[in-house]
Amino acid sequence: MAGKGKFPPAKEKARSPGRQAWQRLRRNRMAVAALVFLGGMVLACMAGPWLLAHDGVTQDRVLGPVHPSAAHWLGTDILGRDLLVRILEGGRVSLQVGLIGTLVSLLIGVGYGLVAGYAGGRTDRVMMRLVDSLYALPFTLFVILMTVVFGQSLGLIYVAIGAVSWLTMARIVRNQVLTLKTQPFVEAAVCLGQRPGKIMTRHLLPNLLGTVIVYATLTVPGVMLVEAFISFLGLGVKAPMTSWGLLIKEGADVMEEFPWLLIFPSGFFSLTLFALNFLGDGLRDALDPRAGKEI
Amino acid sequence: MIPVLWVVATVVFFMVRFVPGGPFDQEKALPEAVKAQLETHYGLDRPLSAQYARYLGNLLCGDLGPSYKYPGWTVNELIGERAKVSAELGFWALLVAVLAGVPAGALAAMRPNTWTDHVPTALATLGVCVPTFVLGPLLILVFALGLGWFHPLGWETWQDRVLPALALGLVFAAPVARLTRGSMLEVRNQDYMRTAKAKGLGVGRVYFVHGLRNALLPVVTYLGPATAGMISGSFVVESMFNIPGLGKLFVQSAFDREYTMICGTVLFYAVALLVLNLVVDVLLVLLNPRLKFS
Repeated sequence: MAGKGKFPPAKEKARSPGRQAWQRLRRNRMAVAALVFLGGMVLACMAGPWLLAHDGVTQDRVLGPVHPSAAHWLGTDILGRDLLVRILEGGRVSLQVGLIGTLVSLLIGVGYGLVAGYAGGRTDRVMMRLVDSLYALPFTLFVILMTVVFGQSLGLIYVAIGAVSWLTMARIVRNQVLTLKTQPFVEAAVCLGQRPGKIMTRHLLPNLLGTVIVYATLTVPGVMLVEAFISFLGLGVKAPMTSWGLLIKEGADVMEEFPWLLIFPSGFFSLTLFALNFLGDGLRDALDPRAGKEI
Repeated sequence: MIPVLWVVATVVFFMVRFVPGGPFDQEKALPEAVKAQLETHYGLDRPLSAQYARYLGNLLCGDLGPSYKYPGWTVNELIGERAKVSAELGFWALLVAVLAGVPAGALAAMRPNTWTDHVPTALATLGVCVPTFVLGPLLILVFALGLGWFHPLGWETWQDRVLPALALGLVFAAPVARLTRGSMLEVRNQDYMRTAKAKGLGVGRVYFVHGLRNALLPVVTYLGPATAGMISGSFVVESMFNIPGLGKLFVQSAFDREYTMICGTVLFYAVALLVLNLVVDVLLVLLNPRLKFS
């Protein structure tokens, strides 16, 4: 109780909302742990394959699959490739898809929600009606169709996944805009004769940033799940390139004899999703203290 | 509902036809004459507009067309056959999701921030991050290959239903539990809960009759989109456990460029989802009669 009753020193600088949020986030131990874990994972995926003694392409059929050992920390796969390197290389693809897919869905979702919310009236009704009906569609089917149909390039996977995961973002942004629109600063901008495009980008967008960041963090695991899912069905990236979904699939095929080929990739994948979820929850608490803890 | 289905039908129709490769391009090329004969037989040699008109006309009569891969079968028959299996799998999975998720969430909300809260909540958070295609192989590894309680593959006996239903259902039990917990926490502070307690009702009745019924509203809303997720999850489960369901049929038809079958399955899923969403809406009103007036 030493600090109780003590006023903050008069000279303390005013804290910006961003700084306050950062401090709130730092107090959340799980979120910090998740952030550190994710940072480590990204670094490991970027630098790991260079630093380790093995590469993920050279096959060693004489060696075949071996248990985890000092030479191969997580063992080797059926073609004698070092599993740790394979997992890290797969992580590059999975994380990349997660980030870029989310970015694509952000661009579409935020733009759509901004326009619908700001336009209001009939435009808004029609646009949101469209979102409602799109919600009812089996989108994974379209992703599968697109990958089968247009070939399995990485670029297409980004776009396909992003293009189907913007709906919730559009809804959230639109609802936010509806409330923001009535605020005095928007009225002031309108009175000063600013064009709608400018109002949306200069005045509304910065105020949406918190919500958008939080929801984006929660979109990344969703996008990664879809990628892993289509890779698991054999429709994602092609060999020798790999991703976590593909590694899990390959591991599942031979799990009876070589269970570590399933367990390690699954572990990396699930832990990363776990961390992303915790970070998302932490960010939500930090950026929007009023929001409840549950969805 | 009809406009949505029309959009879906049209998009899929043109999407599959604008891609390289056709239903009769196999690895071993067919003689030109045979291929031409087949295409004439199925009307694939006609202009696209004529094909489209015929396709829409048939759709209006509920006819999805013939299967190219299984001559003599119509797409309707094949889908009907496979959909039964997928629907059964979906039913068991939904049962698992609700029976595991709702009690876990309700238990967690009874005493917040004690171990009866922390354990189910931690499990639910874990469950969100272990997708079907990770859980499925792990279940096979432990319960089929390790302990030998179940067959690793197949869909014959009732035991064969257990692992696929768990693999598919437990993943959705996690969000169900989180939602139940969250809304239970809100509901327990409502006035009518205090009234019920003040009337001297037992704890069980207060929580599970007065509380849970209201707390289930967001859960039921979630089950609509969850069914969509279960459909895509069932692709994985069906291929993993070798179950002759609709998901396998769809993925295979996409590889084979079997136009009629692709359009048929996508439309079937779209209709199923729309109907399920309607069911959810009706259920919501049944659970919460107040909605009728808004």
